[in-house]
Amino acid sequence: MANSSLTQNLGRLKKILASPAGRAFLALALVLLVGAIFNAGGAFFKPGTHRDALRQMSVYGILACGLTPVIIAGGIDLAVGSLLALVAVVCARMAIHWSYPGFLAVAAGLLAGTACGSISGLITARLRVQPFIATLAMMVFARGLAKYASGGMKVSTAILGADGSYHYVEVPALFRALDHRILGGNVSVVTLVFAVCIAMAWLLMSRHQCGRYIYAIGGNEEASRLSGVPVVGIKTLVYAFSGMCAAVAGICQAAQEQQGDPEAGAGYELIAIAMVVIGGTSLMGGRGGIGLTFLGVLTIGYLDKILSINAVPEAGRLVLTGIIIIIAVLTQRRQRA
Amino acid sequence: MKFPQPAPNAPQPPLLRMTGIGKQFGGIKVLEGVQFEVRAGEAHVLAGENGAGKSTLIKILGGIYREFAGRIELEGREERPKSPLHASELGIAIIHQELSLIGPMSVADNIFLGRLPARAGFVDRAVQEKQAAYWVQQLGLDLDVRQPVEQFPIAVQQLIEIAKALSQKARIIVMDEPTSALNAPEVHKLFGLIEALKRQACGIVYISHKMQEIERIADRITVLRDGRWIGTASAAELSAPKLIQWMVGREVSEQSPRHASHPGRELFRGENLSVFPRGRSRRPAVQDLSICVQSGEILGLGGLQGSGASELFLGLFGAYGPAVRGSVYLDGEKVELNSPRQAIQAGVALLTNDRKATGLVLPLSVIANATLADLSRLARRGWRCPNEERLAAETTTSSLRLRAASLDQPVGLLSGGNQQKVAIAKWLQVRPKLLLLDEPTRGIDVGAKQEIYQLMNEWTAQGIAIMLITSELPELLTLSDRILVLHRGRSTAEFSRAQATPERIMAAAMGSGSVSSCVKSNN
Repeated sequence: MANSSLTQNLGRLKKILASPAGRAFLALALVLLVGAIFNAGGAFFKPGTHRDALRQMSVYGILACGLTPVIIAGGIDLAVGSLLALVAVVCARMAIHWSYPGFLAVAAGLLAGTACGSISGLITARLRVQPFIATLAMMVFARGLAKYASGGMKVSTAILGADGSYHYVEVPALFRALDHRILGGNVSVVTLVFAVCIAMAWLLMSRHQCGRYIYAIGGNEEASRLSGVPVVGIKTLVYAFSGMCAAVAGICQAAQEQQGDPEAGAGYELIAIAMVVIGGTSLMGGRGGIGLTFLGVLTIGYLDKILSINAVPEAGRLVLTGIIIIIAVLTQRRQRA
Repeated sequence: MKFPQPAPNAPQPPLLRMTGIGKQFGGIKVLEGVQFEVRAGEAHVLAGENGAGKSTLIKILGGIYREFAGRIELEGREERPKSPLHASELGIAIIHQELSLIGPMSVADNIFLGRLPARAGFVDRAVQEKQAAYWVQQLGLDLDVRQPVEQFPIAVQQLIEIAKALSQKARIIVMDEPTSALNAPEVHKLFGLIEALKRQACGIVYISHKMQEIERIADRITVLRDGRWIGTASAAELSAPKLIQWMVGREVSEQSPRHASHPGRELFRGENLSVFPRGRSRRPAVQDLSICVQSGEILGLGGLQGSGASELFLGLFGAYGPAVRGSVYLDGEKVELNSPRQAIQAGVALLTNDRKATGLVLPLSVIANATLADLSRLARRGWRCPNEERLAAETTTSSLRLRAASLDQPVGLLSGGNQQKVAIAKWLQVRPKLLLLDEPTRGIDVGAKQEIYQLMNEWTAQGIAIMLITSELPELLTLSDRILVLHRGRSTAEFSRAQATPERIMAAAMGSGSVSSCVKSNN
């Protein structure tokens, strides 16, 4: 009897592991297990470690959130890192230099990010430029815009006067509020922002008709078009959403650094794409989900944290991360065969 | 029927002799016991309906299908083409309908692709261009062989492909519907070239659906039907009516239920329709067609490959955007259908002829597919209502007797017949007035076919008007109330059910004017 229930349980376990969510959970569990073993003298079990890990992965996670619908629709968005920098600069300029109220700085940042995303979307959807090329162009364009808006320097609370000396202004309330901890200092506000982004993206993908259209376009664009799906509109929407998420990430980044750095976010798009893919969303489009991306963000985020608390130098961290991404994607592929 | 004896004045073995050729795909026999022979200096037409097995036979000859039964002899030696490259080494060149040239590469590179004249691994450009220019001139073409092939019109590309075949010293040249993209002077030029090739003792295999061309070019004709060899005869012996009889002469199976007719008011009328799938400057796929369908009626569209029937459907459905000239009336109202969305809202639905490529989203569930075209009506202010979607999908799929383990299963995992039912369910869900069915029973088993015939009767009883394309003649004959036959985008005949016979339809589909005019005088 015990034997048959064992085989039954094994069968159930196999089934769970065959699903994309099961695979993503397994990868996360393995990373956490490694953390529990190599716990750096118990550092892994301190709540502060987890709070910091979650805070550090939040900006990447917000980008991954916006990228997931793009990738499910069969596209790609390389511009999110540059958009993050552009929005960080715009926000910092308005909040620090011009002392605008926080909500205006946030609104302007969101508008800039969403507008740039919409432009990428229109170029791919209406002008039929390959998304890789269209967003590569946007990546370069937005980086240039960020440098232009900042005058090529970090926009910080140290302001260069006319006589060549610096004077310091106060950190704006917006940045302090975002760089705050709540719930007895156990959760960072940016982590909360990440959670809200995940929730919004999940609602869009799983509960709104646009989400269904996004899956359909990624699965078979021509069949979707012939079923009356507004393909151009939906594709534009996913890039606009990705741009908006990049803007949110840019505001959070500016708040954490207390400055707008025009060089910020370089290479972030690739880490965010890796997070989406490691969760199990297919770059071919049509398969995946926000929940999977959430697991992917936790996996890569914790992996990085565990390596850093064990004082693995950055060189080794990057090499190991690259290897683990390949292993994860290979196991994802086997499940489909 | 016995294979014709070689003529006494040609004692040497024929260029090509294929005997007992058979081929199966997953248990289904698509070719069985087929024989085919080509002599030096003849143009041999291979004829048959769509799906008769012509292209399968050619693909075996061209080394694309390596697994087959039977024997292939080239000038008496047994050979088995193992790959397209091996076939070309054996002197077999196949000019497909879709050209196999590489657009951005130069004419010379294309002609010598795969066997570039090289010295120590580096292409010897001068030699290559000189040789390419020689072969191109042989065809009476005057062009710069350094230009990319995509710059030239299709007709010239076709000639470049023939130049490639000649440069490979091909003795057997297969042309699969070579004139489908050519205009009259270009066709004339091609025929002149075929005569020249015959004088050089090449054997030409010519596949065509056009009676005029067959009459003009053929020395001998071989007919296939349902994967079997029906006969080979010299063109002089095989008159057009007899050829058609060979092509269609199967007994019409009476097992499909006779469709009960319920014609009502006029539901759809199209006047002087022309469809331009590739822009207004190119040749239209359908030209000056007038057509009307009553509610409860099934109008069958007959025709062979290139008839333009599928393009007519896509055009009416708005799939090409505003690419239709002429007037369209739905329920007496003039409508403009410039996108699938508009067409669906107006009550038109199109079941495409390739469910995997253009019908279904394979990774998505049955429910997602069945509700895709109707999602905004099932949602409340854009927010989906999963329960209502499930209910809707359950209703339509159970009326279609869909067999699926679960409605949450990806449709990619279903059988062909059940996939087709999901594609149909999507269109029933939008409650269409006019249903355009393009090959509704392609690639599904007999049982599912019968079910779909039954369903078509149920829909017409509800007053839905149906336009039907099917390449299976018996299906067209039993299901249609009226049959309109298209040949190269123009209507060549219209038959009531009583008038329609397989021979008449086939004659009209091959553009044979005499037969259709005799039908008209009978009226």
